[in-house]
Amino acid sequence: MKIKNFLYSQKVAPYVFVLPFILSFFIFWVYPLITAFTMSFQDIGAIKSEWIGFANYAKLLKDNVFHIAVWNSVKYMFFTLVLLIPFPMLFAVLLDSNLVKAKGVWKAILYMPALTSVVISGTLFRLMFTEYTTGQMNMITAALGLGTYKWLKMGWSGMLALLIVACWRWTGVNMLYFLSGLKSIDTSLYEAADIDGATSWQKFKYVTLPLLKPTTVYVLTISVYAGLAMFLESYMLWAGNSSPNNIGLTIVGYLYKRGIEKNDMGYACAVGVVLLVVALIINFAQLIMNGTFKKGED
Amino acid sequence: MAKQKTMASSPKRVVGTVLGTGFFAILCFIIIFPVFAGLLASFRPGTELIRRGLSVDLNVTTMNLNNYKYLFSGNADSIKYFMWYKNSLLITIISVALTLIICYFVAYGLTMYEFRFKNALFTIVLATMMVPFEILMLPLYKEIIALKLIDTYVGVIIIGLCSASTIFFFRQYLSGLPKDLLDAARIDGCSEYGISVRIILPLAKPAFASMGILSAMGAWNAILWPLLVLKGAEKFTLPIGLNTLLTPYGNNYDVLIAGSMFGILPIFIIFLIFQKYIIDGMTAGAVKG
Repeated sequence: MKIKNFLYSQKVAPYVFVLPFILSFFIFWVYPLITAFTMSFQDIGAIKSEWIGFANYAKLLKDNVFHIAVWNSVKYMFFTLVLLIPFPMLFAVLLDSNLVKAKGVWKAILYMPALTSVVISGTLFRLMFTEYTTGQMNMITAALGLGTYKWLKMGWSGMLALLIVACWRWTGVNMLYFLSGLKSIDTSLYEAADIDGATSWQKFKYVTLPLLKPTTVYVLTISVYAGLAMFLESYMLWAGNSSPNNIGLTIVGYLYKRGIEKNDMGYACAVGVVLLVVALIINFAQLIMNGTFKKGED
Repeated sequence: MAKQKTMASSPKRVVGTVLGTGFFAILCFIIIFPVFAGLLASFRPGTELIRRGLSVDLNVTTMNLNNYKYLFSGNADSIKYFMWYKNSLLITIISVALTLIICYFVAYGLTMYEFRFKNALFTIVLATMMVPFEILMLPLYKEIIALKLIDTYVGVIIIGLCSASTIFFFRQYLSGLPKDLLDAARIDGCSEYGISVRIILPLAKPAFASMGILSAMGAWNAILWPLLVLKGAEKFTLPIGLNTLLTPYGNNYDVLIAGSMFGILPIFIIFLIFQKYIIDGMTAGAVKG
């Protein structure tokens, strides 16, 4: 009875509620995170592991394949930011205006790609980017007089294919983020701007854009992570974790290749640590530039 | 939302509406196109995909239902496919149910009470979202092996039960509810746990709907982690199973393309029914920042 009273008291109850999170946090987050760091300083063997200091990191510095993977991931992240923030924002502003009819239908359709498994969308796009002249992409470029290409065999066109898949999957999702951001803007601000005789562009620049900033920062943050950690799109587009001359290799792809396929866990963990550091640096830089921390203080 | 003032001149307005609506019609056409082409291809022999890639051929006379007949024929491929389908359904249902229950109670504790580590804990919830899963993937894989959970559904499900984003969403929702309810229920003699189940939980139904659908979509389409944990073909989920149809020695596009189209179906139906909840749940974090 005493134990029951204790557990049912208002003082103890909150700890009971949050207990599953605390357990999960330590077992499936803190422990593996620490292990990732310690493993990165080890040579992990099947039977015993050995401390090798910074040897894994030293090897990474000289590993050309890793450099290709980092460059691919950074390039991919950069272009997804360029393509998947301004355009979805403009689409959202347009969809929010009274110039578009049947909004619900367009919203639903634009969201559909995000529902589709990467296995399925990757397969569809691989077949569209086939090197045969009968494939979709080659038919389009041929019709435009640009000739046909072996899309998935060259660096620039491989990256283009990855970016097209990214745009296909995420344009609708990001648009919905911006749309919900637009909904939270007070309409009286637009009315006030109208009274002052503001043009549509001025309203966008001085009302919409600044007030959308929390949404923009959110989309930017998740896009930086999603871009740097991209793996499955490439895995599916090339039907496996190897692409000609590593044109589709990403940081996580390399981590997977080293850790799972070659069973070199220590080296793979070093790759993971580099990914974490790069992701944190880019995101903190981005958040500082956007003044997010300053806003938190006042 | 009529944010802009309605334009006075109506012909100009009509042109604008036509252009605006037309723009989205074209955009949506492009977005639908790959899935539509896949659907058309599923009515043709898979060898054609290998020979020609995905191309739109609207010639109805060359289409047939052979791939689907094969998929439902009850042969070895068909049995395998529906086993994966069943596995995916099972994993999705169990993991969504458990995730929702656990995350609701965690969020409830974080919202409804004042206690010493409350803010620190909430900061931790947010911080866990700042580390990409891929970094934890290999240590977690070793951990799951050590816990003897490899090749089990428990191993697939357990790491995601306390989903930070789900806790975050429930917290956002619960903090909008009046706390007076708790005191009123306490005066009536309801226990702390009774309040969370009988008073607040019914009020949080929309949050359950939003998060339920979003996590169902995530679980149904999950690839990376199940790919590591599940080893035996009889335990595969649908995406992993479909992926095994692509081998260096030959691709089984007949089953793959028809199976893919049939695999999209449940999630599309759920989406069409619960669209509003999905959008609410997804965008909750984006507005408040």
